Amino acid sequence: MAEPERPAERPVRFESLSGIPLDPLYSPASLPGWSYDEKLGRPGEYPFTRGVYPTMYRGRLWTMRMFAGFGRPEDTNARFKYLLAQGQTGLSTAFDMPALMGYDADHPRSRGEVGKEGVSISTLDDFERLFADIPLGDVTTSMTINCTASVALAMYLAIAEKQGVAWDRVGGTMQNDMLKEFIAQKEWICPPDPAVRIVVDMIEFTAKHVPRFNPVSISGYHIREAGATAVQELAFTLADGLGYVEAAVTRGLDIDSFAPRLSFFFDIHNDFFEEIAKLRAARRVWARFMKERFGAKKPESMRLRTHTQTAGVSATAQQPLNNIARVALQALAAVLGGAQSLHTNSYDETWALPTEDAVTVALRTQQIIADESGVALTIDPLGGSYYLETLTDKMEAGALAYIGKIDAMGGMVRAIDAGYPQREIADAAYHNQLLEDRKEKVVVGVNKYVMDEERPINYLKIDAAVEHDQVQRVQRFKAARDMRRVERRLKQLADACRGRDNVMPVLVDAVKDYVSLGEVSDVYRQAFGLYREPIIF
Amino acid sequence: MAERSIRVVVAKPGLDGHDRGAKIVARALRDAGFEVIYTGLHQTPEQIVATAVQEDADAIGLSVLSGAHNYLFKRVLDLLAEQGAGDIAVFGGGIIPPEDIAALKAMGVKELFTPGTSTQDIVRFVREHIRAAV
Repeated sequence: MAEPERPAERPVRFESLSGIPLDPLYSPASLPGWSYDEKLGRPGEYPFTRGVYPTMYRGRLWTMRMFAGFGRPEDTNARFKYLLAQGQTGLSTAFDMPALMGYDADHPRSRGEVGKEGVSISTLDDFERLFADIPLGDVTTSMTINCTASVALAMYLAIAEKQGVAWDRVGGTMQNDMLKEFIAQKEWICPPDPAVRIVVDMIEFTAKHVPRFNPVSISGYHIREAGATAVQELAFTLADGLGYVEAAVTRGLDIDSFAPRLSFFFDIHNDFFEEIAKLRAARRVWARFMKERFGAKKPESMRLRTHTQTAGVSATAQQPLNNIARVALQALAAVLGGAQSLHTNSYDETWALPTEDAVTVALRTQQIIADESGVALTIDPLGGSYYLETLTDKMEAGALAYIGKIDAMGGMVRAIDAGYPQREIADAAYHNQLLEDRKEKVVVGVNKYVMDEERPINYLKIDAAVEHDQVQRVQRFKAARDMRRVERRLKQLADACRGRDNVMPVLVDAVKDYVSLGEVSDVYRQAFGLYREPIIF
Repeated sequence: MAERSIRVVVAKPGLDGHDRGAKIVARALRDAGFEVIYTGLHQTPEQIVATAVQEDADAIGLSVLSGAHNYLFKRVLDLLAEQGAGDIAVFGGGIIPPEDIAALKAMGVKELFTPGTSTQDIVRFVREHIRAAV
């Protein structure tokens, strides 16, 4: 007998954003041999698929943490205070490009960039103004900074001391994920091996002296923003994490002494279910690696805690108010995926850094999800969905296949040397662009529902005086230092870099003597050499 | 004799690492049959102009998403003029607000592409507006 004729389907690609083919319907037949205890378990218990805490959002909501930073330190300080007054529960600092690449504001390479994409920081004087009147014992601060993260940590601890806050009360997160810098975000000073050594110095130092601090935020965000698929983001992020753990264990650290403080950071893109599946799979895969490969004993070592941010790459410059709807859906996915912390992008960020009004809508979006939608009232509410569990399994399998390849190359540092993740991402980004160009992938307002004339939006402009002011102030400040102390600290730092001593104790002393971020970076450049990227496009 | 193919230097000036767009454009131009040299990240205007002169380029495509476009485009145009290489066309793209686009074009930037531009539009621009030096 002939098959009954299937009704025609719409002429679209029935696949996830990562290209996973999707069936018309999922049912128990989609999950043969699936075991609840093996795949999910209870929230707060191995393998943590349903969430890292037993009570999840019934116990405590996620941290609403809006990334902010622009202009002079006092400009960003004012934004921090505004956000805290609006009910935000943690701080997140964006630094400008000179700070992220290891140049002071008065360096020639900083021309045109001071305070543009984040706040300008050169010395402890800038850090003090950035956190003026903010109680560092009560608020946790996340800092998006990588090759110069060691300097930022030293400065943060120095001002905590000045506020009279003991280091064991200081909480926060350094992004400090250098492997993903080489793969995606691309702010670097020295090559991968010494870069990872500094990361491990920070892991070791915080485990001993700053136990509430997360020394690394292993980040998929930038990998995704560079054009990776969700599967690639998941795989490369977890492989980066395995790289740090391997390096720390090789140094002789006990896995359970530092693993509980490793944190993660994922992008939340447009494909609603795929993103939820990604977070659930991330927890399960990480827990298994920590237990099975590294022999972790403490449940806390197996727990993948993650910050999330809605996908900047999905925002459009056209019809920018549409971004509010995109962000709301992505934020909902982050929450249904069990994130510990969330930044919602502002609708105007395809034009410039966000205005206060735009940031407020983005923060309110989280508050509406938390307090009005009801999704935070029960744990992992989509768990058990045939579709979601199938996708979670597929994300896991896709990630494990990539991790297997990277293991075979000798780990992530060697894979980066070979240009492997860089090429995979460039290929995925190009493929996606071609789909958009051919309108096989719809981008509302860009290749469909286009409007000819659009009303201009009001966006944030950074005053040109910022650069001038910062340069003058840094030069004056540096000129007033005790140069003998500065020289002595730089010599100590160079010795630590060339030897095997942990650089952090020296750095804390150095920044207190007002050694600048650029001067520390110069020591790194001389001691470790400069990184040159393989050209891949 | 067949015309020499058009040679484009795609460059990332400044300190930021946002290279998704630059790499996609470089690849789209290469796939369209142009000769493409991609400089990699963190290039100074001096390095970019030196590359363009040395490679005998017909055009430079600058990708800037750091907000430093006003400084960087002007510096590249000035350096080209100083070195008698003003015939090398400069175009670009990135996060550049409308009033800055007008000012940069008045300064001599041939075209600026903002987010959402298709690669076909960029290929068409190079095909129609950039000529290979003879």
